[in-house]
Amino acid sequence: MSDVVYRKPVQYNDAVVKKFVIATMFWGVVAFLVGVVIASQLAWPSLNLGLSFTNFGRLRPVHTSGAIFAFGGSALFGTSFYIVQRTCRARLFGGEAMANFIFWGYQFFIVMAALSYVMGYSQGQEYAEPEWHLDLWLTVVWVCYGIVFIGTVMMREEPHIYVANWFFMAFILTIAVLHLGNNLAMPVSLFTAKSYNVASGVQNAMIQWWYGHNAVGFFLTAGFLGMMYYFIPKASGRPVYSYRISIVHFWSLVFMYIWAGPHHLHWTALPDWTQTLGMAFSIMLWMPSWGGMINGIMTLSGAWDKLRTDPGLRFSVTAVGFYGMATFEGPVMSIRDVNALSHYTDWGIGHVHSGALGWVAFITFGALYYLIPVLWKREGLYSTKLASWHFWIATLGIVFYITSMWVAGIMQGLMWRAYDAFGFLQYSFSESVNAVHPYYVIRMLGGVLFLSGMLIMVYNMIMTVRSPSTARRAAVPADIAMAGV
Amino acid sequence: MPTKIEKDSVTGEMTTGHEWDGLKELNRPLPKWWIYILYATMAWAVVWCVLYPSVPGLTGYYHGTLGYSQRTTVDRDVAAVAKQRGTYMARIKTLPFADIRKDPQLLAVAETAGRITFANNCQPCHGAGGGGNPGYPALAAGNWIWGGKLEDIQQTLIYGIRSGLDNARQSQMPRFGADAMLKPAEIEQIADYVMVLYGKSNGDAAAGKKLFAENCVACHGANGEGIREVGGPRLASKAHLLGDDRATVIAQINNPRMGVMPNWNTRLDEATIKSVTLYVHALGGGE
Repeated sequence: MSDVVYRKPVQYNDAVVKKFVIATMFWGVVAFLVGVVIASQLAWPSLNLGLSFTNFGRLRPVHTSGAIFAFGGSALFGTSFYIVQRTCRARLFGGEAMANFIFWGYQFFIVMAALSYVMGYSQGQEYAEPEWHLDLWLTVVWVCYGIVFIGTVMMREEPHIYVANWFFMAFILTIAVLHLGNNLAMPVSLFTAKSYNVASGVQNAMIQWWYGHNAVGFFLTAGFLGMMYYFIPKASGRPVYSYRISIVHFWSLVFMYIWAGPHHLHWTALPDWTQTLGMAFSIMLWMPSWGGMINGIMTLSGAWDKLRTDPGLRFSVTAVGFYGMATFEGPVMSIRDVNALSHYTDWGIGHVHSGALGWVAFITFGALYYLIPVLWKREGLYSTKLASWHFWIATLGIVFYITSMWVAGIMQGLMWRAYDAFGFLQYSFSESVNAVHPYYVIRMLGGVLFLSGMLIMVYNMIMTVRSPSTARRAAVPADIAMAGV
Repeated sequence: MPTKIEKDSVTGEMTTGHEWDGLKELNRPLPKWWIYILYATMAWAVVWCVLYPSVPGLTGYYHGTLGYSQRTTVDRDVAAVAKQRGTYMARIKTLPFADIRKDPQLLAVAETAGRITFANNCQPCHGAGGGGNPGYPALAAGNWIWGGKLEDIQQTLIYGIRSGLDNARQSQMPRFGADAMLKPAEIEQIADYVMVLYGKSNGDAAAGKKLFAENCVACHGANGEGIREVGGPRLASKAHLLGDDRATVIAQINNPRMGVMPNWNTRLDEATIKSVTLYVHALGGGE
């Protein structure tokens, strides 16, 4: 810093961040492992084992909730608490107890949700499967999260609110609204874990996809953009490419995402006008999404050489690349006539995973590679070579995954609509199931690669914290250590 | 931290003058291509909303200048396919089976229609190519329960088996064990004899044979050859509806499993049912 103004050091609450970081890695392994299991079940159905609790139908929400809410959620809680304290120069609002309640309360929710899935409880709303009692519990935890985060922003010492915090606040507020809206349900009785949603039929479907698409938009996009806006400038040591892009893409993104849900219900009982609006807003979302990509990638201008030496930054920047790719593919798939081909096929699964693996997981890995040496006060990573291995194995896994699903999905779409010379369907549904088998095997292998990369990272992180080779060499002045440099 | 606008030495852009934990921002203008594409997508969205149904009202919605409707799109596509199929299917509907089989082209159309209809509707139970599954008869084996002539198959397809329709194929095996009509030891003796019929046992099973004659022949025939008029399955065979082990036979005599086949007349049209009939007949078991 050029201007020497003495600023009183702030004692940040990093204990809760550490807990969330550990939870992120633990749930990452669990979610990816279950993903590999269910991908194998799709390729070889006998792996369902004939048991109700190992059935695909029950394990699939364990995988999706595990990846989105357990892995992604823990990563968001942890990084948002880390970032908000530092960019506001304020200790986490609400004290130790509240932060710990959020951590344990959220972990309790995750474990209970996963158990309820394998026991067969589900309210049948995708990505919102937990029944009403767990929804109420999550509401309590989430309100505390909002109080702590917004409280910290309000107590800030900095005059302005950093862009990462805009995104985190949009994420926290909108997820609260979505969660309450989609889970309005009437329990059968106070003592049963079964409820019925207040809406039914196409209204229920529309509310579900208003929720579902904005879980993507605000949980998996806005939240992780917050993460990106801290760790990419931090790791590259460069200023954010354009403050004006930040403003315009933030407001256009949050305004347009909320209307895009109907594109999940093209060619259904949803009225034509609702479909058109959903499609129109999805197309308009293209540039607001790419604003984040520009700010993420172009921030590196002047520091591209760091990609060679910093594997964490390589993860972050590749993540932004996948983000750009997925947010172009999304608007294309939202066009009603493209959707006529892609809907209900594995193209959708591939699309979601280019976002989930390429964007969400990679940006998280980038943050973790940065955070763990800092949080545990180590000199650096135990092995940048292992981190590089993680990067290439995981990237190869993503390539296997999304290319196999593109081929499988487009093939399914074409087979389902193929007519013969007499006007009859050319292929039966079961023939399309047989046809995608090899691609399901490739997808499973992609998952195995991604999981292997994760395990390498876990080993690398444990060694980073434990190995004597990463111990800090010299004492660092207290205020710098606290600022986490 | 006071506002302090600086010049970034790498790019020459000015910062906004804010700083958070060492992070700064450049005050770079929006890229032109970015903002123009954003405007273009907005313009496209407006045009699309004018052309297509888009804005809801209190009692209806704005229908768009193109008069687009998903319903009419589907109706148009369905009509186009129906027209394409029409000429052949009209003849398949009216001509008797014998005439259809004499016309190679018509037969080819019928078997094409029959194949795909079978694969999407019948295969989940009867297996690919009519190979059968436990509880669901093999159709290619010639082991017909209700008859394997074209007219028999057509009848079964139209009305189903135990489907609830008056004309449905109906048969009911008594619950010999559950209703205490036979003692457990007697059921085992009958099962021993059925194993002989199945060709899995060489014993004489005389006691079972006697009990079989008293209890089973009315439906299954004197030598277990089956009686189609009452839908009594053939037992003297290598192909079996439920399985060829003794335990399955005992369970069946005790408390029989009896499947249901839906009536397809409410789901498939007449010509399609005739096409499926021809296809199933040609699988290998037709008579």
